[in-house]
Amino acid sequence: MELILCVAVGILFSVGVYLILSKSLLKIILGTSLLTHGVHLLVMTMAGLKRGASPILGDNSGSYVDPLPQALILTSIVISFGITAFFFVLAYRTNQTTGTEVTDDREGGEAANE
Amino acid sequence: MNNLLVFPVLLPLVTAVILFFFKEKIKLQRILSLISSLLSVLTALVLTGRIHSEGILTLNLGGWQAPYGIVFVGDMFSALLVLAASVVGLAVLIYSFGSIGGERERYHYYSFFLFLLVGVNGSFLTGDIFNLFVFFEVMLMSSYALLSLGGTKLQLRETVKYLLINIVSSTLFVAAVAYLYASVGTLNMAHLSMRVAELGQGGVLNVIAILFLIVFGLKAGLFLFFWLPGSYSAPPSAVRALFGALLTKVGVYSIIRIFTLIFYHDPGTTRPWLMFMAAATMILGGLGAVAYKDIPRILNYNVIVSVGFVTFGLVAATGDAINGAVFYLLHDIVAKGLLFILGGLIISASGTDRLKDMGGLIQRYPLLGWMFFILALALVGIPPLSGFPGKLLLIRGGLEEGMIGLSLIGVGSSLLVLYSLIKIFRIGFWGDPQEKQIQKSGALPRAGMAGAAGLLLIVILAGICSEYVYSFVSQAGEVLANPELYIEAVMKE
Repeated sequence: MELILCVAVGILFSVGVYLILSKSLLKIILGTSLLTHGVHLLVMTMAGLKRGASPILGDNSGSYVDPLPQALILTSIVISFGITAFFFVLAYRTNQTTGTEVTDDREGGEAANE
Repeated sequence: MNNLLVFPVLLPLVTAVILFFFKEKIKLQRILSLISSLLSVLTALVLTGRIHSEGILTLNLGGWQAPYGIVFVGDMFSALLVLAASVVGLAVLIYSFGSIGGERERYHYYSFFLFLLVGVNGSFLTGDIFNLFVFFEVMLMSSYALLSLGGTKLQLRETVKYLLINIVSSTLFVAAVAYLYASVGTLNMAHLSMRVAELGQGGVLNVIAILFLIVFGLKAGLFLFFWLPGSYSAPPSAVRALFGALLTKVGVYSIIRIFTLIFYHDPGTTRPWLMFMAAATMILGGLGAVAYKDIPRILNYNVIVSVGFVTFGLVAATGDAINGAVFYLLHDIVAKGLLFILGGLIISASGTDRLKDMGGLIQRYPLLGWMFFILALALVGIPPLSGFPGKLLLIRGGLEEGMIGLSLIGVGSSLLVLYSLIKIFRIGFWGDPQEKQIQKSGALPRAGMAGAAGLLLIVILAGICSEYVYSFVSQAGEVLANPELYIEAVMKE
């Protein structure tokens, strides 16, 4: 089971990296979302996928799944959600101000051109 | 009460939240943030004093024992960094009163400012690796906001780059934590150190160590600094001072902490990487500082050089070198804050950031000119000033270890730093006055000069009283050289 998820994480990472390397800002943001999806899945996989009850004490089960990575993922999800929201608004504002959403068109380091 | 440990985080946090309610009352915002910053400096002083007399302080948040709960650890290294960060925060805050402008102040500038300090102080004090990630994000989120606040074209463009590079590095950070958790099953740094020692650092743990090096190298501008010169050129000079003084230093702190506390068992594998990255950082940063002719970029490349220099101390890893790295890191936080404030004052004095449009500033701003000159000497490491003891210890440690090449690179990069700063002094202050700028220039913000003078006083005093400062620094170096002390303090019954 871990092996399958590792492959899935690998695919998410590669697609994410491919999208980040593209020219359009929107694709870059989608790439970062895929990357964070991949890493959240990775945290879950890395903690082990042994069978057990969901980590709620009322279930009276003999074994539970590891609750720690779930808390880590939850934290990481809200953080990346906040950052993604900020990134979208930033991209929108950039698009309005510069009139383009293609990263190549931005002239790099205008202070350096002396 | 060890609860003192949480105050460097709590104080700016509470103030920042309160400030959100007074959006339009700029005067009140200024007063509150000033009081909070003064209190932070006081708290940091008390904290440093207590750790000096009692040794490492720990605080189990929520009363849970060490590996199970989150623990705050105040050893001397953290305390000194918190102190330096609070002092620079205060000075930059005073500088921003006169320079940041009402429009930005109205849009929660001071809240973001204080949140950034929350993230920085939290990163220095935490003893849990995932909590370190969270504090990094707190710091980075506020830095995104500060970087883009104002919304000029340049700022927007650079924020996009900065945001993207930090999302990628944070993702790698989480991945590294996941791998580490999978292989040792804990997140507490002291506990991690014990488990890594039990397992023996080899194979996968080395890979994780290098992954952490890449993550923090990206954040600290160690070799992977390609994002830094552009991003730090965009924001207004007060924000730039805060970034230049603090942000990269948190990455440097994490590298030092990780490689002295957790992954110190196999220096044969990790050391060549650190060595290569330190050398490349010093060389490339020095070259960049010499190459450019506008003030923001020269200063930005100076930040990069010093990151390489501190890492050099970690590579050499003798007692002297570690003490030197701590001393130099402290000096560098204060001096870089001052350098960026003075740079900002020069820009506002001459009305331009290009060197070729400047000249003759010494006639109208003699005080500014001589302050800049003294600081340039301090950054290079001329004896009575604060840059000297750290550099001396670092170079001596490097030579003891037989790292002649790296030591030479360190000395050479100092020369490049000197050249780049004296270039600003020579052209900007001594050159012929340019007609364009005389019309533009006005009086300097008095608050900014006061903040800069305070920092300069610290730079000079820390150099003159280096014997006294050294008694604190050597205590910090001792814990870094003997991780057992840290582990015992955290994992006690």
